Amino acid sequence: MKRILLASAAIAFAATGAYAADVKMGVLLGFTGPLESLAPAMAQGAELAIKEVSDSGKLLGGDTVTPVRGDSTCVDAAAATAAGETLVTSDKVSGIMGAMCSGATTAVLQNVAMPNGMVMISPSATSPALSTLPDDGLFFRTAPSDARQGEVMADEILEKGIKSVALTYTNNDYGKGLADSFEKAYKAKGGTVTISAAHEDGKGDYSAEVASLASAGGDALVIAGYIDQGGSGILRGALDTGAFEKFVFPDGMVSQTLEDNFGSEVNGSFGQMPASEGEGHDKFLALATAAGFDGTSVYSGEAYDAAALMLLAMEAANSTDPKVYKDKIMDIANGDGEKIYPGELAKGLELIKEGKPINYEGATAVHLIGNGEASGTFREIEFKDGKMETVQYR
Amino acid sequence: MDLINALVAITNYVIIPATAYGAQLALGALGVTLIYSILRFSNFAHGDTMAFGTGIVILITWGFQAMGISLGPLPTALLALPFGIIVTAALMLGTDKVVYQYYRKVRAAPVVMVMVSVGVMFVMNALTRFLIGVDQINFDDGARFVINARQWREMTGLSEPLTLRSTQVITVVTAIITVAALFWFLGKTRTGKSMRAYSDNEDLALLSGIDPNRVVAVTWIITGALATIAGTLYGLDKSFKAFTYFQLLLPIFASAIVGGIGNPVGAIAGGFVISFSEVGLTYAWKKVVTYLIPNWQPDGLVQLLSTDYKYAVSFTILILVLIFKPTGLFKGKIV
Repeated sequence: MKRILLASAAIAFAATGAYAADVKMGVLLGFTGPLESLAPAMAQGAELAIKEVSDSGKLLGGDTVTPVRGDSTCVDAAAATAAGETLVTSDKVSGIMGAMCSGATTAVLQNVAMPNGMVMISPSATSPALSTLPDDGLFFRTAPSDARQGEVMADEILEKGIKSVALTYTNNDYGKGLADSFEKAYKAKGGTVTISAAHEDGKGDYSAEVASLASAGGDALVIAGYIDQGGSGILRGALDTGAFEKFVFPDGMVSQTLEDNFGSEVNGSFGQMPASEGEGHDKFLALATAAGFDGTSVYSGEAYDAAALMLLAMEAANSTDPKVYKDKIMDIANGDGEKIYPGELAKGLELIKEGKPINYEGATAVHLIGNGEASGTFREIEFKDGKMETVQYR
Repeated sequence: MDLINALVAITNYVIIPATAYGAQLALGALGVTLIYSILRFSNFAHGDTMAFGTGIVILITWGFQAMGISLGPLPTALLALPFGIIVTAALMLGTDKVVYQYYRKVRAAPVVMVMVSVGVMFVMNALTRFLIGVDQINFDDGARFVINARQWREMTGLSEPLTLRSTQVITVVTAIITVAALFWFLGKTRTGKSMRAYSDNEDLALLSGIDPNRVVAVTWIITGALATIAGTLYGLDKSFKAFTYFQLLLPIFASAIVGGIGNPVGAIAGGFVISFSEVGLTYAWKKVVTYLIPNWQPDGLVQLLSTDYKYAVSFTILILVLIFKPTGLFKGKIV
């Protein structure tokens, strides 16, 4: 009798050992570098989803999940590659939530994820170049490509009846990518771009740039720049010389600073930024507040969704092997079944186990298009009486 | 009507900005040229001296604003300017005492002095950032415009806007006053004459009893004043950022060399040559051409150079002058 007891205990122990493993997930973000202020809230967003799944005890029959942080920096491809390599070979993670900036993401994808067959879901890499990069079906992102913003902006401008615009962009990957995608979309829909001119950030004087833009003319000026950088100088110059009266602001320009410094001078101007609203967003904010961090911080919700998608896909594939569960990610994100919001990951896991389809909505109304990137929701704003007002979401 | 519109467009986008920018460059180039002719080296720290001076002026301006002192329609910074000059001049004298004096004593070669000034530049740049930070600062209060675009359109009914910012007027007026005062000082006063004598022939000047320490000290004080004025005007007209003054170094040196380094009149002429070339060559003439030649819509922008190449313009002029006319437009001197 004693022997039987011991044996069954041993079997039970071995069984739990075999089934309830500890799944490791990499959280690879730019904890140091030019966007270091955004990284903590993003990591906390991802870790919130990981904890939720882990605590529910429903993943693959009771697996726990442990996040492992890695520093991808933002501009240093070598450092990002090394951090990704460490996560895969030494920490043996089953998936990577990251990386953060487009450059670092490309480096990790090509040097680490593809050779090792590792799934990566980036919450914040927005370069259009990542849409067409070969990725063996391993790369996804919960942030929209800047190409999407270009299209949304083109629609917005044309709906206001503006048929010709001048365009200036900050001379880097973000500015160039956004400007190109906008120009393409706007022209395809019948608009005219009179000039597409780059401006350098960090200069004191933008009068020459403004002069060329003014000479090219147009009914509005699109400034694909940064409000804390050259975008501000261009806007100031254009207002001072009376070159333009209407402006279009993409996400790099839409901020409190814009309203504080220019407010009443840009009445009637408009713009957009990636943002989400609705049930999922509200639920995520409540969860974030309860967990003690700011859920409104940029890309924090996207990070939650990236981690949740990966874990739900593992359940759907009944495997933590990236090569197996990578095929399930699109099904989870775009499925026909019940909608799953933040805080309901346990329910999602249960439904998957029962063999029912789910549609993961998450914090940012996740809907993956094309090669596995978010279609994105944009908040359209307009300046009225010196105040920035939300017009609609699109 | 079209002719007037074309003239207005040129004035608004080329003449007014280039004049203000030229005045700022001219003041900067005067400082460089003074150091070159009297202390005999190219002072690479001049850009960051401008940044430091402007930083101090901004700090004092904030102090005045906090106390509720203002100049009405004029920017408070003008009131703070003299105090900024005093602090900057003190820093110049301190730097000379600690750094340059030694190299003068050992009669270091000019190229060594240039390298020393590069070192001073880095220290001064760090000091400025430490004092006031790296962010963009707008410290222009008071009235922004003499004429703004809307008033102009209502006044004239022309389709082309014309704006004249108060900072542009202040820049030009201050520059004229400063230059007049400087030329009076160099030409009429005893100290000014001794400076010129020292510049022309150091040994002869020393033999005739001119106190070299006094000449050096006065030169640094004047340089500090010029740098602070030029930097503050630039900051008022555009915006202040600790890094942008370093970028100004190239056009400033180009101005000084084009005009003939060591020659104050040349520095002023050079400033305007550089500013008008930079703005004129990168301006898209499409609009003006459309007004002037009816029935012709150019496809391109009629732009000689993209604005990205703005700095390349001063660099190219600098190289051309050094190759073909190293003494500059007005005969300068090459040590």
